[in-house]
Amino acid sequence: MAKVETKTSLAKGDLRDVLREMLLIRRFEEKVEERFRAGELPGFLHVAIGQEACAVGVCRALEDGDIIASTHRAHGHTLAKGTHPNELMAELYGKTEGCSHGYGGSMHLYDIERGNMGANAVIGGGLPHITGAALAFQMRGEPRVALAFFGDGATNIGTFHESLNLAQLWKVPAVFVLEDNKWAESTPESQHSPIRDLSDRAKAFGMKALKADGQDVEAVYKTARQALEYARAGKGPVFVHLDCVRLHGHYIGDPQVYRDKDEARKLAETRDPITLLRAKLELSDEEFDELDTEVSEIVEASVEFAKNGTDPAPEDALKNIYA
Amino acid sequence: MPELSYREAVRDALATAMRQDDNVFIMGEDIAEMGGSMGVTSGMLEEFGRERVRNTPISEMALAGTAIGAAMQGMRPVAEIMYEDFMTLAAEQVVNQAAKLRYMSGGQLSVPVVFRTQGGAGWSPGAQHAQQLEAWFVHIPGLKVVFASTPEDVRGLLWSAIYDDNPVVFFEHRTLYGIKGNVPEKIEPIPIGKARIHREGEDVTVIATGRLVHESLAAAEEAEKEGVSVEVVDPRTLQPLDEETLVASVKKTNRAVVAHEAVTRMGFGAEVASVLQYQAFDWLDAPIERVGAKFSPLPFAPVMEQFVVPHAADVLAAIMRTVGHGD
Repeated sequence: MAKVETKTSLAKGDLRDVLREMLLIRRFEEKVEERFRAGELPGFLHVAIGQEACAVGVCRALEDGDIIASTHRAHGHTLAKGTHPNELMAELYGKTEGCSHGYGGSMHLYDIERGNMGANAVIGGGLPHITGAALAFQMRGEPRVALAFFGDGATNIGTFHESLNLAQLWKVPAVFVLEDNKWAESTPESQHSPIRDLSDRAKAFGMKALKADGQDVEAVYKTARQALEYARAGKGPVFVHLDCVRLHGHYIGDPQVYRDKDEARKLAETRDPITLLRAKLELSDEEFDELDTEVSEIVEASVEFAKNGTDPAPEDALKNIYA
Repeated sequence: MPELSYREAVRDALATAMRQDDNVFIMGEDIAEMGGSMGVTSGMLEEFGRERVRNTPISEMALAGTAIGAAMQGMRPVAEIMYEDFMTLAAEQVVNQAAKLRYMSGGQLSVPVVFRTQGGAGWSPGAQHAQQLEAWFVHIPGLKVVFASTPEDVRGLLWSAIYDDNPVVFFEHRTLYGIKGNVPEKIEPIPIGKARIHREGEDVTVIATGRLVHESLAAAEEAEKEGVSVEVVDPRTLQPLDEETLVASVKKTNRAVVAHEAVTRMGFGAEVASVLQYQAFDWLDAPIERVGAKFSPLPFAPVMEQFVVPHAADVLAAIMRTVGHGD
C-alpha cells in the first residue's frame, strides 16, 4: 500500500506528478461510473469529476499529521489524502480489504492512519468534528491543522454556521474549504442562497477568507498553503473559497433534467482542470498518453484487486458497534 | 463515608477525572461563571480555568459535534446539554455521527465522549424543559445510555462513562440534584451495564429509573404495610441492559412493574416488559404493569403537570394490581 508521504512543495517539476494524480482520480471515477452502470457496485455514489484540482491542490498543501473531513463526494479527497486506489475500490465493492472494511461505502470512506477522518453523508456533518479536532490540537499544543471540505449547499445548514462561529470564537487551527460548484444536488445556487459571494458568510464571523480558482491547481495549492500556515501559526481558522465546476450529475445515473445540456459541455471544454494543467505543461499527446496509460493501469488493477477481495461474513455486521 | 448531594457527586466525578487526566475537559452552555443551569459545575472554572471549562454559544449541534471531533483525536470531553429537550438539537451529531463513526469506519475510530443532560418534571416549566427522552437514545446502536438515581451511582457511573471508549448519553434527573447520600471515600467506578437492587422483596419486582426509583421505594414501604413484599431494582444503565439481574428478580417474585417518568407509550419500560415476558414467561403470575407519564406533552399548570407524571401512588396501585391478579 502507498506510503504516507509529505507533499508540501509544488515546484515546477512537481506539476507533472500533480497532473498524474488528478488524472488518476478522473480515471478512477470514470471507472466507478462504468462499474456502477454495469451493476457491479451497490449503494449511492457521487463523483467529483471536474473538481480534481480542489482535492489535489488542497491535500498537497497539508503536512503529515494534518487531518481532513470530507463529504459525500469523497473519492477524490480520499485518493489525494493518500489512500491507495486498491483500498478505495475494494470499499466500493464492499470488501473487507476496503478502507472502511466494507462498513462504510462511497459516502463513508475513512482512513484514520492517513489522517482522513471520513466522508460524511449528512451535509455539514463533519464540520463540527473539524472544529473539535482543531480544539484538541490547540489544547495539546500540537502544530497540526484540521481541514474540512464541503460544498455550497452546506453553507445553508446549521452545523456550518455553528461550527464556523465556534472555530473563530476559539481561534482553533482549522481550515474550512468551500468547493463552490454552484449546485446543491439539483438546486442551483441562485435558488439556495440569497447572497452571491458565499465568503461573506465566513466574513460575518470575522473569519479570514481567501479565494481561488478551483480549476487551477497551482492557485488552489498556494491558497491552501497560505490558509494552513495562518491556522498553524495560531492566528485562527481560515475559510477557503474555491470556485469550481461539477461536470457530471449529483449522483451516478443522475439524468440532470434540471440543468442546461450546454452548460456542462461548455464547462468541460473551457474549465476542465486536467485540460488546463495539461496545456500549462505543454504536454505532447505522447507524453499525456503515457501518463494516461499509467494511471489507467492502476485503476484497472484496483478493480481486479477489489473483485478478488474478501466478502465480509453477514454476521460481521454485528461487529464494530462498540469499542 | 462522606455524604454528597447528587449534584456534588456529579461534580466530584468530573473534577477528580480532570485532576488526574489532561484529556478530560467539560464544555457546555453557561457552565463556567454560572456553574451550569443546575449548578453542577459551580467552582470548576476557578479550579481548572477557561481552557478546560469551556462556555459555548447556544449551539447544540456544534457543542455535540465539537466534543465528538475532540474525542476522535483522543480527548475525553464531557459535553453538557442543558436540558434533555435540547438533545433534539444535538441529535444529528449524537445519532448520525457519534453513534456510528466507529461502525462506519470499520472499527478504526473510537469516540470517547459523554453527553451529560438532565430533565424531569415537577417544577412546571411546561412542555420544552422537562421531557424524559431516554428511550430515543436506547434505540440507537452505538450509544450507551446511563440514567443514575443516587449520589453514589451518579458518581461511579459518570466516572465509568468518562473512561468508556464509546459515546455515552448520561441522563440526570433535575429533581434529584438536591438529594443526599453516602458515597465511598474514593470514587469506585460502577460498571456500565450493571443493575442495582435497592430493596429486596418476595412478591413483586419494581424496575424503575430516575425519580421513579425513589417513588417506587416509597411505594414499597406502603405496600409492606399491606403485607406485600416489594423488590426495587434500578437498571442504572439502559444500554447495555442488565437483563440477567432483572429476569432473575422476576423469576423470584413472579410479578413485575416497570416504572419511569417518561411517557408510557414506547417508553423504556416497554422494552423491559418485552424482555421479561420472553425470558420469564412461565414464572409470571400476573401481567406486567407499566407506570409512566400519560400520553401528553407536559402542561404548565401545576395541577395538570402532577396529573400527567407518575407518582408513588401510581406505582403502589400497579403493585397491588399485580398481587390482586386472579383474585
